[in-house]
Amino acid sequence: MPYLLLLPAIIVILAVVLVPLLVSFWTSFTSYNLTKPATLFNFVGLRNYQRLMGNEDFWWAFGRTFIFVTITLNLEMLLGLGLALLINKITWGQRTLRTIMMFPMMFSPILVGFQFKYIFNDSIGLVNNALFDLGLITQPIPWLVDGTLANFSIIFAEIWMSTSIFAILLLAGLMALPKDPIEAAKVDGCNPLQVFQHITLPFLMPFVYIAMTIRSLDVARAYDMVRIMTNGGPAGRTELIWTLMTRTGYQNSQMGMANAMGYVSILLSIFFTVFFFRKLTAARTFMGGAQ
Amino acid sequence: MSRLSIEKPWQRWLIRFGVFVAMVILTVPGLWVVLTAFRPNIEVLARPAVWIPQQWTLDNFARLFGLSDVQQGLPVAQYFINSLVISLTSTMIAVVIGMAGGYAFARYRFRGKATLFLAFMLSRTVPGVALSLPLFIIWARLGIIDTSFGLIVVYLAVNIPFTIWLTDGFFRQIPVDLSEAAQIDGCTAWQAFWKIEFPLARSGLASAAIFAFLTSWNEYALASQLTRTTASKTMPVGLMDFTAQFTVDWTGMSAMAVLIIIPALVLTFIVQKHLISGLTFGGVK
Repeated sequence: MPYLLLLPAIIVILAVVLVPLLVSFWTSFTSYNLTKPATLFNFVGLRNYQRLMGNEDFWWAFGRTFIFVTITLNLEMLLGLGLALLINKITWGQRTLRTIMMFPMMFSPILVGFQFKYIFNDSIGLVNNALFDLGLITQPIPWLVDGTLANFSIIFAEIWMSTSIFAILLLAGLMALPKDPIEAAKVDGCNPLQVFQHITLPFLMPFVYIAMTIRSLDVARAYDMVRIMTNGGPAGRTELIWTLMTRTGYQNSQMGMANAMGYVSILLSIFFTVFFFRKLTAARTFMGGAQ
Repeated sequence: MSRLSIEKPWQRWLIRFGVFVAMVILTVPGLWVVLTAFRPNIEVLARPAVWIPQQWTLDNFARLFGLSDVQQGLPVAQYFINSLVISLTSTMIAVVIGMAGGYAFARYRFRGKATLFLAFMLSRTVPGVALSLPLFIIWARLGIIDTSFGLIVVYLAVNIPFTIWLTDGFFRQIPVDLSEAAQIDGCTAWQAFWKIEFPLARSGLASAAIFAFLTSWNEYALASQLTRTTASKTMPVGLMDFTAQFTVDWTGMSAMAVLIIIPALVLTFIVQKHLISGLTFGGVK
């Protein structure tokens, strides 16, 4: 019976995820070129992977992706926690605030990309306009044209989009927080910081891992945004694995090479998810034991 | 940290100020785009900047639907219909398939359960971009590239794992005794599910459906590679029509952005309570 119920799900996943993965596994050993279909059967062994090992652009993109995901996940978690603690303190109009807070979650990542491409635009963007009118700058700041600033802008956009998800989950955790241990701790003379450190935070950890797991499943969403905001530029300074991969596959037509990159990028995603999933399972057991 | 703690007035004002600043940062970027949708292009390009719109206009929207004589319309209406058909169809099917799977995980013990659950989660881990290259090859050979059907199937695979995860959590919360009692009273297993467990899980299913809809509605990476023409292009892909090599039609893009946000916004605000409980209880427990 359970197998029968799961069968449709298994079929869909096999057809849409596993078969393509096998195909891309095959093409990563060929010199498949989009413009020459016959090359799909031109087996070249490990050549694509060998070239990848020596491909400096790829390793820069790989490292940048790793750092990007680490920075954004951690900042989103901290800011989300701060926001949840603030809103939890507000007693009047909390539901309205929660609803407003969810505003960025409804934006398509590609829309977020366009939105911030517009806002960080050097001649007509909101940020530069404001800085000009406040008299803080006389020359436009090239937010998306300078390498360092472009990375900052992308991280800003990503955090804008996803901090709410963390805040919502952590707020739900705060609302479920049992009051008794806190009162007891206060009677025992704990200051607010100690209460937070020893009671609130441990209780919130499962919620933190849930949020981390959900978000790490979606790290590739950064592709849409980056594709629009800078498309990997200027001069490859914001290139992530995923933008480099589509460029290699579709613009340069080197599908075999791109699929080899794809395999390495999948390993990175799986690393993040398994890491948080294991923490989550541990936290879930803790919750089950505590309640 | 409890609300019972008494704060000094200056602390209370500090909290309110913090919340205010956070809300401004969270809303202004989006509202700025909405505002731009109702402005003429001259105001957008003006220097010094025009902060408060002097001339409100619906011309940008008219332009989208070909109602303006200034410029040829884009097939935005068709994109909207494509998006709606693809998102709704794949959401409905994904919820049914995902619910069956979630029920199986919540109610039965079977061999390979933990492995299968992890396998579903990992299938969600594969980035859309990594899938789009091989899917492009296969879908082209099957002749379903640039069709709504092709994209619906893909979005099923994207949404089913998350739906399984959420519904599994919800069915776990419903005591097994309820359906067992119904079966002792003479219901079949199916009747017991349909009359007892399904209504109780409804809010969980609703939140799973919203997540699936929003994911399909907003998805870009897969759609951009698997759609080519107005036959199947969705709204997010259609946004690209506003970019030329070096310039972007900001007012047109903003108007289309508003069209993309409205359904998502309305839907989320109506069901935001379910959304929160869906995310937390479905996931944690």
